[in-house]
Amino acid sequence: MTSKLREVPKYAFLSIVALLSVGPLYFMVVSATNTSQDVLASSMLPGTNLLANWQSLTEFQDVGAAMYHSTVNAVLTTVLALVVSSIAGYGFEVYHSPNKDRLMWVLMLAMMIPFAATMIPLFQLFADLGMVNSAFAVVLPVIATPLLILLFRQSARSFPHEIIEAARMDGLKEFSIFWKMFVPTMRPTYAAAAVITFMAAWNNFLWPKVILVNSDYQTMPMLISNFTGGYVIDYGALMLAVLIASLPTIVIFFVLQRSFVAGFTGVVK
Amino acid sequence: MTPVVVPDRTPKKKSKGPKIKPSPAARRRSLTGWAFLLPAAVLIGIMMFWPMFQALILSFKTGRGSALDFADPLWFNYERMLSDEIFKMTVGTTLLYLAIQVPLMLVTALVLANILNNPRLKFKGFWRTAIFLPAAISLVSYSLVFRTIFATDGLVNDWLLALHLIDGPVNWLGNTDTARMVIILGLLWRWTGYNMIFYLAGLQNIDPTTLEAAKMDGAGPIRTFFSVTVPQLKPMILLTVIMSTNGTLQLFDESFNLTRGGPANTTMTMSHYLYEVSFVNNPNFGYGAALSYVILVMVAILAAIQMKVGDKRD
Repeated sequence: MTSKLREVPKYAFLSIVALLSVGPLYFMVVSATNTSQDVLASSMLPGTNLLANWQSLTEFQDVGAAMYHSTVNAVLTTVLALVVSSIAGYGFEVYHSPNKDRLMWVLMLAMMIPFAATMIPLFQLFADLGMVNSAFAVVLPVIATPLLILLFRQSARSFPHEIIEAARMDGLKEFSIFWKMFVPTMRPTYAAAAVITFMAAWNNFLWPKVILVNSDYQTMPMLISNFTGGYVIDYGALMLAVLIASLPTIVIFFVLQRSFVAGFTGVVK
Repeated sequence: MTPVVVPDRTPKKKSKGPKIKPSPAARRRSLTGWAFLLPAAVLIGIMMFWPMFQALILSFKTGRGSALDFADPLWFNYERMLSDEIFKMTVGTTLLYLAIQVPLMLVTALVLANILNNPRLKFKGFWRTAIFLPAAISLVSYSLVFRTIFATDGLVNDWLLALHLIDGPVNWLGNTDTARMVIILGLLWRWTGYNMIFYLAGLQNIDPTTLEAAKMDGAGPIRTFFSVTVPQLKPMILLTVIMSTNGTLQLFDESFNLTRGGPANTTMTMSHYLYEVSFVNNPNFGYGAALSYVILVMVAILAAIQMKVGDKRD
């Protein structure tokens, strides 16, 4: 009995934290269905203004185009990042040698380079190449990330080397060992890496804002950021736009959250 | 970068007996290894290291648009910074966010992770999902939600007025102190659950017998937490400290969207100012690059200090 009573503060604390965490998100969802006046009146109940908000939102904003550009950028980033980083992480672990370890150390240093310090030369580089407004300019700076290479190197460490030796005996080519043995075994790691990369790419704001000069190519975060520029803000439509921009990452999180936590367990030991 | 032509010679050096030449198969394998690393290494070289050095050169140049020349004196841009009151203020503001938000967030995350790691806790998955959920939405999105909630006629004022905690509506985003507080609250809201996940992952790697042993020795839960759990979590704590410091020093989205840097630039972060200097109105790449190097040096110094401190406590 007393031990149960002692649990009460713990659950109360968790409830408050959970409520504070979910509260603003709940408000965002119900506000998307309310009129601007109701949003400012802090209505916490769903309304009937969803359709009107959608019309008000799409009247001046090309939501479809922004969703399309966000999707292309995020999918392209995720696929390329997973391929490039996993093959590098595998390479560093399976074929490791002092020189490769030194290179790994240098690449890890890149983790400390703030994006701010590379932004201007990157803009100049892509401007010189005539790649301003291109999806590749958005994607190229973010596909090789030291953190992902580290994640895959750690997972390659847990991959039994006897399997590699046995596969070599069977005459399998080095790349086939990676592709046919390592990739299928490491699905949880790939899932975790995919969640992190997709979310970061979808939510990326500063670099797309710099390199996508023409607003025809704007992404969802750019669209909602520009939304508040006017004198009178339609809060209902704004919250709907914010909700639409957040849906893909929330869905992906729910679908893959188990492997997200599992995949991360091995990163730092 | 030409790592491909450097073959791996370590087997030779190590074998003291009769010299064994690496077999053709082993040499081919080493080359395959380099080929596996090549795309990532080249990309990081071109997309991170090269622009970093380019920015250093650029920081010594001055001019408008793409017509840039070396400044006279070379350190002109750096000298200009010293009398740039706005920039100095953005450094102070960013450091204020860092000093308040990062410790508060990491301690909360650590406490939450420790509670959630208890095997007897009920509804574990529910708590974890609810607390992590803010990390699933974009920085721009939550900035605009917070901007709406903290508007003068917004939700927070409505509730506080209803509870009679304030006499009249507070202009949260219009006053320096409260606007800065809203940014810090926003950061806490967005990132605490994210860091908690890292600690949860770290806690799962802790050997449960060490906790049992502490219990057998008569240590209470708090003593166990500080003497057994925290030391074993150290690598994870160091990682989150460095990541959060890095992130806070480069804060942009919140400053740009939540407060627009206002009132009177008092909530503006360094990265936000850098963006304004480099890409708004009269872009000045030279001065922008110099500003970006201040951020780079601050990140490097703080990371070095943190790694030193992290190593010492062993």
